[in-house]
Amino acid sequence: MNRRVFVAGFVFFLLPILPVCAQEKFIVVASTTSTEQSGLFGYLLPIVERDTGIKVRVVALGTGQALDMAKRGDADVAFVHDTAAEEKFVADGYGVKRFPVMYNDFVLIGPKSDPAKIAGGKDILAALVKIQIAQAPFVSRGDKSGTHAAELRYWKDAGVDLEAKKGAWYRDTGSGMGPTLNTASSMNGYVLADRGTWLAFKNRGNLTILVEGDKKLFNQYGVMLVNPAKHPHVKADLGQQFIDWLVSPRGQEAIAGYKIGGEQLFFPNANR
Amino acid sequence: MADYGTGLPIRLHQVVAAPGGTPVLTGIDLVLNAGGRTVLLGPNGAGKSTLLRVLHGLISPSAGSIVWGDECTRPRGQAMVFQRPVLLRRSAAENIRYALDLAGVHGAEADARIAEALDEVGLRALAARSARVLSGGEQQKLAFARVWALRPEVLFLDEPTASLDPAAARSVEQIIGDIHARGTTIVMTTHNLVQAKRLADDILFLHAGRVTERTPAREFFTNPHSTEAAAFLEGERL
Amino acid sequence: MNTISESLALAAGLVTHFDANLVDVVALSLRVSLTATFFAAYLGLPIGAAIAVGRFPGRPTLIVVLNALMGLPPVVVGLVVYLLLSRAGPLGSFGLLFTPGAMIVAQTILITPIIAALSRQIVADAWSEYREQLTSLGAGTHRAAMTLLWDTRFSLAVVVLAGFGRAIAEVGAVMIVGGNIAGVTRVMTTTIALETSKGDLPLALALGMVLIAIVLLLNTAAHLTREWARARFG
Repeated sequence: MNRRVFVAGFVFFLLPILPVCAQEKFIVVASTTSTEQSGLFGYLLPIVERDTGIKVRVVALGTGQALDMAKRGDADVAFVHDTAAEEKFVADGYGVKRFPVMYNDFVLIGPKSDPAKIAGGKDILAALVKIQIAQAPFVSRGDKSGTHAAELRYWKDAGVDLEAKKGAWYRDTGSGMGPTLNTASSMNGYVLADRGTWLAFKNRGNLTILVEGDKKLFNQYGVMLVNPAKHPHVKADLGQQFIDWLVSPRGQEAIAGYKIGGEQLFFPNANR
Repeated sequence: MADYGTGLPIRLHQVVAAPGGTPVLTGIDLVLNAGGRTVLLGPNGAGKSTLLRVLHGLISPSAGSIVWGDECTRPRGQAMVFQRPVLLRRSAAENIRYALDLAGVHGAEADARIAEALDEVGLRALAARSARVLSGGEQQKLAFARVWALRPEVLFLDEPTASLDPAAARSVEQIIGDIHARGTTIVMTTHNLVQAKRLADDILFLHAGRVTERTPAREFFTNPHSTEAAAFLEGERL
Repeated sequence: MNTISESLALAAGLVTHFDANLVDVVALSLRVSLTATFFAAYLGLPIGAAIAVGRFPGRPTLIVVLNALMGLPPVVVGLVVYLLLSRAGPLGSFGLLFTPGAMIVAQTILITPIIAALSRQIVADAWSEYREQLTSLGAGTHRAAMTLLWDTRFSLAVVVLAGFGRAIAEVGAVMIVGGNIAGVTRVMTTTIALETSKGDLPLALALGMVLIAIVLLLNTAAHLTREWARARFG
């Protein structure tokens, strides 16, 4: 009796693993939570599968974690938004080549009451200085993501020494865009967010967009194939097919076609 | 008619038993031969239960030696019944089958013995009943049915009727008699002197961890050899 | 309060319409956690019984460690399993990472100590009651352990249910080793986490209610089965 139970258990255990052995065309793409939460992948990936037959499995993490995952060889493709980190990724030999794909922009979100008086401004750096001087609550992602990296760059370019000026007003949540927005919403704080996640975000409370349109808020996405020289198991041809599709006219058109409430979120710029 | 041979005689030589760390039995010299009904008597804490368990191999001596027949290890062919029956969560018949399986008896032979055993104790009708829902008296009889099916060479009994009502106790004494008549050696402890008088061939009297005397039953109750035994019998009568 | 009533309505709607996404996610949750529980029971029950009945050096230390392992943080288990199954790690060539298989591995590791520690206590209590009689009948350590496992089966069923409860409720381990990939490794708890982080709190709460309802249903079924078995077999 014991032996039969053991065999049954073993087979039952194997069943969930079998899909891995099945000959399904799939790749693993390490991407960011902002791209996932904007809903872009939910819209795009069925089109990719129709056109190429490839099932794309997206693991959505912060940019830092996504690149780390790609370095370990746990992904076939990396699709993130931190140009400096991406170029380093390729320079260090982990990626084959970086292709620009699209951009969206960051927006500065804040409470309608706007204690720092920055509404309607077109200069992100000036707005941040005002927030710091007013010591108004500001919520940061603090998670090595592309958004976080951009935020830190803006503080630096604005001449604000965060380390010195950090106080109770600067809240570092160490979490993704969604939870950070949740926190900002509940404490009526200012927060830097990508437009995509903001448009898809449902828990807005008193928050609204206060500053947008500054060219500096431009957020570039790049895609890279993980280097098969470093990780031989990487699905190089399928991964490259996916990248080729993204930068092709068809892919670029599909990206431009994604809208929330009639508004386009991502602007294809692969050929610029 | 015992199935196993040569677990007897049991010889103890200068046995010291200290199951909880402190010695309960000291300097026990004893030979237990086949065929008799030996009853252990003594005040509380004298070590009767411990001696029973040493004889059955459940407790190892911390000093001295014990030999069963020619073997130094506990033989098969012994059984024990406790004051409270220990039964498994299964039917009455299955409890007996479990014991038989451990003894290497299976299949049709086991079926036959189970039926015979249940008949002997009068529990045939309850064969399929879950053992745990039987009454206290029925459970103890089931424990005896188990022994009956095993046909042991020696049966140890630790106050087997102490938890039973008089009718059930009478029934159990009858069964013990039947088991003995089939050839099983009986070793028993009890607090019930009347029962001891009824059932014993010889009395082994323990006091403070030592065997004070070993006397045929008739003689013990009228003319005990040791002062401790005499005091014990006096105390009980008063 | 609004969120809660909105969520109740949403939950009811999701269930009655058998929302396809929801069905897939629930099915995967059950598959992963039931498989992990089966394996954890298969390992944990004999381990618990062996430690309860056996005598060997270091046994008290082992018991302490086993009990402590019940408090293993799921996210730590997830991280360790991730590092093991990562391509850069020792077991990377199995390609298990970001598949349901990895989630099953992580949950099995998480709940085996629970089942082992609790069953050890139950069997040990039973052993103190049965030891003399079973030894008298000639049962060796292995046979005694097996007998006790069967005899305490009703209490052990609750232990296994506790393990299942822990598995289906956890989110830290499966998030890390599964990657929360839509349609592949997304389970109820990771979906709830995702919807929460997207700010869709009513939907997240609705899914939470569905999860609780399913666990309640499973426990009711288990209870009824136990009662029927008890009546039939004692």
